[in-house]
Amino acid sequence: MTEYVVGFLLGGVVVSAFSMLGDMLRPKSFAGLFGAAPSVALATLGIAVYTHGADYAARQTWAMTAGAVALAVYGGVVCHLLMRARFRVASATLVAVVVWLVVAFGLLAVAGGLT
Amino acid sequence: MSPISFSPSALKEGRLYEYMIRFALGGAATAFTGLVSSRSGPSIGGLFLALPAIFCASATLIEKHEIRRKREAGLDGRRRGEEAAALESTGAVLGAFGMVAFAVTFSLTVKDSVPTAFIAASLAWAVVSIAGWCVRRKMRMVRRLRSFRRRRRAQIAGPGEDRSALT
Repeated sequence: MTEYVVGFLLGGVVVSAFSMLGDMLRPKSFAGLFGAAPSVALATLGIAVYTHGADYAARQTWAMTAGAVALAVYGGVVCHLLMRARFRVASATLVAVVVWLVVAFGLLAVAGGLT
Repeated sequence: MSPISFSPSALKEGRLYEYMIRFALGGAATAFTGLVSSRSGPSIGGLFLALPAIFCASATLIEKHEIRRKREAGLDGRRRGEEAAALESTGAVLGAFGMVAFAVTFSLTVKDSVPTAFIAASLAWAVVSIAGWCVRRKMRMVRRLRSFRRRRRAQIAGPGEDRSALT
Protein backbone atom coordinates (compact mmCIF):
# COMPACT_ATOMS: atom_id res chain seq x y z
CA MET A 1 0.00 0.00 0.00
CA THR A 2 2.87 2.38 0.88
CA GLU A 3 4.27 1.82 -2.63
CA TYR A 4 1.05 3.17 -4.20
CA VAL A 5 0.82 6.15 -1.84
CA VAL A 6 4.45 7.11 -2.57
CA GLY A 7 3.74 6.54 -6.29
CA PHE A 8 0.70 8.80 -6.13
CA LEU A 9 2.59 11.65 -4.43
CA LEU A 10 5.73 11.31 -6.55
CA GLY A 11 3.72 10.99 -9.78
CA GLY A 12 1.63 14.03 -8.86
CA VAL A 13 4.71 16.16 -8.23
CA VAL A 14 6.60 15.10 -11.39
CA VAL A 15 3.56 15.41 -13.68
CA SER A 16 2.67 18.85 -12.21
CA ALA A 17 6.28 20.04 -12.70
CA PHE A 18 6.33 19.01 -16.38
CA SER A 19 2.85 20.47 -16.98
CA MET A 20 3.81 23.82 -15.42
CA LEU A 21 6.97 23.92 -17.52
CA GLY A 22 4.84 23.28 -20.61
CA ASP A 23 2.45 26.10 -19.60
CA MET A 24 5.32 28.59 -19.42
CA LEU A 25 6.78 27.76 -22.83
CA ARG A 26 5.79 29.19 -26.21
CA PRO A 27 5.02 28.39 -29.02
CA LYS A 28 2.28 25.88 -28.25
CA SER A 29 3.64 23.19 -30.56
CA PHE A 30 6.88 23.29 -28.50
CA ALA A 31 4.96 23.25 -25.21
CA GLY A 32 3.13 20.19 -26.56
CA LEU A 33 6.37 18.22 -26.25
CA PHE A 34 5.79 18.31 -22.50
CA GLY A 35 2.35 16.74 -22.98
CA ALA A 36 4.28 13.61 -23.94
CA ALA A 37 7.05 13.98 -21.36
CA PRO A 38 8.03 10.78 -19.53
CA SER A 39 6.74 12.18 -16.23
CA VAL A 40 4.70 9.13 -15.17
CA ALA A 41 7.59 6.93 -16.35
CA LEU A 42 10.17 8.78 -14.21
CA ALA A 43 8.07 8.39 -11.06
CA THR A 44 7.03 4.76 -11.74
CA LEU A 45 10.50 3.60 -12.76
CA GLY A 46 12.06 5.22 -9.69
CA ILE A 47 9.77 3.15 -7.47
CA ALA A 48 10.15 0.02 -9.65
CA VAL A 49 13.96 0.12 -9.42
CA TYR A 50 13.78 0.61 -5.64
CA THR A 51 11.23 -2.16 -4.97
CA HIS A 52 11.81 -4.74 -7.74
CA GLY A 53 15.31 -4.06 -9.13
CA ALA A 54 16.86 -2.97 -12.43
CA ASP A 55 15.79 -6.05 -14.45
CA TYR A 56 12.12 -5.42 -13.70
CA ALA A 57 12.44 -1.73 -14.69
CA ALA A 58 14.25 -2.71 -17.91
CA ARG A 59 11.35 -5.04 -18.84
CA GLN A 60 8.88 -2.23 -18.13
CA THR A 61 10.69 0.25 -20.38
CA TRP A 62 10.97 -2.36 -23.15
CA ALA A 63 7.16 -2.55 -23.18
CA MET A 64 6.95 1.23 -22.79
CA THR A 65 8.45 1.53 -26.31
CA ALA A 66 5.21 0.07 -27.72
CA GLY A 67 3.16 2.47 -25.57
CA ALA A 68 5.20 5.42 -26.81
CA VAL A 69 4.73 4.48 -30.49
CA ALA A 70 1.00 4.20 -29.75
CA LEU A 71 1.16 7.66 -28.14
CA ALA A 72 2.59 9.12 -31.38
CA VAL A 73 -0.33 7.56 -33.30
CA TYR A 74 -2.71 8.86 -30.61
CA GLY A 75 -1.41 12.46 -31.06
CA GLY A 76 -1.90 12.24 -34.82
CA VAL A 77 -5.45 10.90 -34.41
CA VAL A 78 -6.37 13.65 -31.90
CA CYS A 79 -5.06 16.32 -34.30
CA HIS A 80 -7.07 14.77 -37.18
CA LEU A 81 -10.27 14.54 -35.10
CA LEU A 82 -9.96 18.19 -34.03
CA MET A 83 -9.02 19.74 -37.36
CA ARG A 84 -10.90 17.55 -39.88
CA ALA A 85 -13.74 15.85 -38.01
CA ARG A 86 -14.38 18.93 -35.81
CA PHE A 87 -14.64 16.94 -32.56
CA ARG A 88 -14.64 18.74 -29.20
CA VAL A 89 -11.33 18.45 -27.34
CA ALA A 90 -12.64 16.25 -24.52
CA SER A 91 -14.35 13.86 -27.00
CA ALA A 92 -11.33 13.69 -29.34
CA THR A 93 -8.84 12.95 -26.55
CA LEU A 94 -11.10 10.27 -25.04
CA VAL A 95 -12.11 8.58 -28.33
CA ALA A 96 -8.44 8.41 -29.37
CA VAL A 97 -7.59 6.47 -26.16
CA VAL A 98 -9.25 3.45 -27.88
CA VAL A 99 -6.74 3.86 -30.74
CA TRP A 100 -3.90 4.04 -28.19
CA LEU A 101 -5.05 0.82 -26.51
CA VAL A 102 -5.40 -1.05 -29.82
CA VAL A 103 -1.99 0.08 -31.15
CA ALA A 104 -0.15 -0.41 -27.83
CA PHE A 105 -1.51 -3.93 -27.17
CA GLY A 106 -1.21 -4.82 -30.88
CA LEU A 107 2.49 -3.89 -30.93
CA LEU A 108 3.12 -5.72 -27.68
CA ALA A 109 1.39 -8.84 -29.05
CA VAL A 110 3.46 -8.68 -32.25
CA ALA A 111 6.65 -8.34 -30.17
CA GLY A 112 5.60 -11.36 -28.10
CA GLY A 113 5.20 -9.39 -24.89
CA LEU A 114 1.73 -10.75 -24.11
CA THR A 115 2.83 -14.36 -23.83
CA MET B 1 16.41 35.29 -32.18
CA SER B 2 15.21 32.11 -30.45
CA PRO B 3 11.73 30.93 -31.57
CA ILE B 4 11.12 29.57 -28.04
CA SER B 5 10.05 31.91 -25.25
CA PHE B 6 9.61 31.37 -21.53
CA SER B 7 6.85 33.21 -19.72
CA PRO B 8 6.36 32.43 -15.98
CA SER B 9 3.38 34.84 -15.94
CA ALA B 10 1.44 32.25 -18.01
CA LEU B 11 0.99 30.29 -14.76
CA LYS B 12 -1.37 33.00 -13.51
CA GLU B 13 -3.90 31.95 -16.18
CA GLY B 14 -4.36 28.61 -14.44
CA ARG B 15 -6.76 28.12 -11.53
CA LEU B 16 -5.87 26.27 -8.34
CA TYR B 17 -8.33 23.45 -9.06
CA GLU B 18 -6.72 22.91 -12.49
CA TYR B 19 -3.31 22.33 -10.87
CA MET B 20 -4.96 20.03 -8.32
CA ILE B 21 -6.57 18.01 -11.14
CA ARG B 22 -3.19 17.59 -12.82
CA PHE B 23 -1.57 16.53 -9.55
CA ALA B 24 -4.33 14.01 -8.85
CA LEU B 25 -4.27 12.68 -12.42
CA GLY B 26 -0.47 12.34 -12.43
CA GLY B 27 -0.58 10.57 -9.08
CA ALA B 28 -3.44 8.32 -10.16
CA ALA B 29 -1.68 7.39 -13.44
CA THR B 30 1.50 6.46 -11.53
CA ALA B 31 -0.35 4.43 -8.89
CA PHE B 32 -2.46 2.74 -11.61
CA THR B 33 0.67 1.78 -13.59
CA GLY B 34 2.23 0.31 -10.43
CA LEU B 35 -0.97 -1.65 -9.75
CA VAL B 36 -1.20 -3.01 -13.32
CA SER B 37 2.49 -4.02 -13.18
CA SER B 38 2.06 -5.92 -9.93
CA ARG B 39 -1.12 -7.69 -11.14
CA SER B 40 -0.26 -8.37 -14.82
CA GLY B 41 3.54 -8.19 -14.91
CA PRO B 42 6.05 -5.57 -16.03
CA SER B 43 5.30 -5.96 -19.77
CA ILE B 44 1.63 -4.96 -19.54
CA GLY B 45 2.40 -2.39 -16.83
CA GLY B 46 5.19 -0.90 -18.96
CA LEU B 47 2.70 -0.03 -21.71
CA PHE B 48 0.91 2.30 -19.29
CA LEU B 49 4.09 4.33 -18.71
CA ALA B 50 3.11 6.04 -21.98
CA LEU B 51 -0.60 6.37 -21.19
CA PRO B 52 -1.96 9.65 -22.64
CA ALA B 53 -3.96 10.49 -19.47
CA ILE B 54 -1.93 13.64 -18.81
CA PHE B 55 -2.32 14.79 -22.39
CA CYS B 56 -6.13 14.50 -22.13
CA ALA B 57 -6.11 16.82 -19.11
CA SER B 58 -3.65 19.36 -20.59
CA ALA B 59 -5.46 19.58 -23.94
CA THR B 60 -8.80 20.17 -22.20
CA LEU B 61 -7.25 22.87 -20.00
CA ILE B 62 -5.64 24.56 -23.02
CA GLU B 63 -9.03 24.68 -24.72
CA LYS B 64 -10.56 26.19 -21.57
CA HIS B 65 -7.83 28.86 -21.34
CA GLU B 66 -8.27 29.86 -25.01
CA ILE B 67 -12.07 30.03 -24.70
CA ARG B 68 -11.77 32.11 -21.51
CA ARG B 69 -9.29 34.50 -23.16
CA LYS B 70 -11.45 34.95 -26.27
CA ARG B 71 -14.66 35.36 -24.22
CA GLU B 72 -13.00 38.22 -22.33
CA ALA B 73 -12.49 39.85 -25.74
CA GLY B 74 -16.18 39.23 -26.61
CA LEU B 75 -15.56 36.31 -29.00
CA ASP B 76 -16.69 32.68 -28.93
CA GLY B 77 -13.21 31.12 -28.89
CA ARG B 78 -14.35 27.51 -29.23
CA ARG B 79 -12.68 26.94 -32.60
CA ARG B 80 -9.55 28.73 -31.38
CA GLY B 81 -9.45 26.40 -28.38
CA GLU B 82 -9.71 23.33 -30.61
CA GLU B 83 -6.93 24.63 -32.86
CA ALA B 84 -4.68 25.28 -29.85
CA ALA B 85 -5.28 21.72 -28.62
CA ALA B 86 -4.55 20.35 -32.13
CA LEU B 87 -1.26 22.25 -32.14
CA GLU B 88 -0.45 20.81 -28.73
CA SER B 89 -1.17 17.31 -30.08
CA THR B 90 1.36 17.74 -32.92
CA GLY B 91 3.93 18.59 -30.23
CA ALA B 92 2.84 15.48 -28.33
CA VAL B 93 3.58 13.33 -31.41
CA LEU B 94 7.18 14.60 -31.38
CA GLY B 95 7.36 14.16 -27.60
CA ALA B 96 6.21 10.55 -28.09
CA PHE B 97 9.17 9.87 -30.40
CA GLY B 98 11.34 11.30 -27.62
CA MET B 99 9.62 8.88 -25.25
CA VAL B 100 10.62 5.96 -27.50
CA ALA B 101 14.24 7.19 -27.21
CA PHE B 102 13.77 7.46 -23.41
CA ALA B 103 12.50 3.87 -23.14
CA VAL B 104 15.19 2.36 -25.38
CA THR B 105 18.02 4.26 -23.61
CA PHE B 106 16.71 3.35 -20.15
CA SER B 107 16.27 -0.34 -20.94
CA LEU B 108 19.81 -0.53 -22.35
CA THR B 109 21.57 1.30 -19.51
CA VAL B 110 19.64 0.53 -16.29
CA LYS B 111 21.44 -2.77 -15.62
CA ASP B 112 24.83 -1.00 -15.56
CA SER B 113 23.97 2.09 -13.51
CA VAL B 114 20.58 3.33 -12.31
CA PRO B 115 21.47 7.07 -11.97
CA THR B 116 23.14 7.02 -15.41
CA ALA B 117 20.04 5.36 -16.89
CA PHE B 118 17.73 8.11 -15.57
CA ILE B 119 20.03 10.92 -16.75
CA ALA B 120 20.80 9.37 -20.16
CA ALA B 121 17.13 8.49 -20.83
CA SER B 122 15.92 11.99 -19.88
CA LEU B 123 18.58 13.55 -22.13
CA ALA B 124 17.57 11.20 -24.97
CA TRP B 125 13.94 12.30 -24.60
CA ALA B 126 14.92 16.00 -24.64
CA VAL B 127 17.34 15.71 -27.59
CA VAL B 128 15.00 13.65 -29.83
CA SER B 129 11.89 15.75 -28.99
CA ILE B 130 13.58 19.12 -29.47
CA ALA B 131 15.44 18.01 -32.61
CA GLY B 132 12.16 16.70 -34.06
CA TRP B 133 10.43 19.99 -33.27
CA CYS B 134 13.26 22.00 -34.94
CA VAL B 135 13.18 19.81 -38.08
CA ARG B 136 9.38 20.09 -38.31
CA ARG B 137 9.58 23.89 -37.92
CA LYS B 138 12.27 24.15 -40.61
CA MET B 139 10.24 21.98 -43.02
CA ARG B 140 7.13 24.12 -42.48
CA MET B 141 9.13 27.29 -43.18
CA VAL B 142 10.58 25.83 -46.40
CA ARG B 143 7.08 24.68 -47.51
CA ARG B 144 5.63 28.14 -46.83
CA LEU B 145 8.47 29.85 -48.72
CA ARG B 146 7.99 27.52 -51.72
CA SER B 147 4.26 28.15 -51.80
CA PHE B 148 4.82 31.92 -51.53
CA ARG B 149 7.31 31.85 -54.45
CA ARG B 150 4.92 29.76 -56.56
CA ARG B 151 2.07 32.22 -55.96
CA ARG B 152 4.33 35.18 -56.71
CA ARG B 153 5.53 33.67 -60.01
CA ALA B 154 1.93 32.93 -60.97
CA GLN B 155 0.99 36.57 -60.25
CA ILE B 156 3.89 37.86 -62.37
CA ALA B 157 2.99 35.52 -65.24
CA GLY B 158 -0.60 36.75 -65.22
CA PRO B 159 -3.89 34.87 -65.60
CA GLY B 160 -3.51 34.19 -69.37
CA GLU B 161 -0.14 32.47 -69.15
CA ASP B 162 0.40 28.75 -69.06
CA ARG B 163 0.91 28.03 -65.33
CA SER B 164 2.07 24.48 -65.85
CA ALA B 165 5.39 25.87 -67.16
CA LEU B 166 5.94 27.60 -63.84
CA THR B 167 5.81 24.58 -61.59
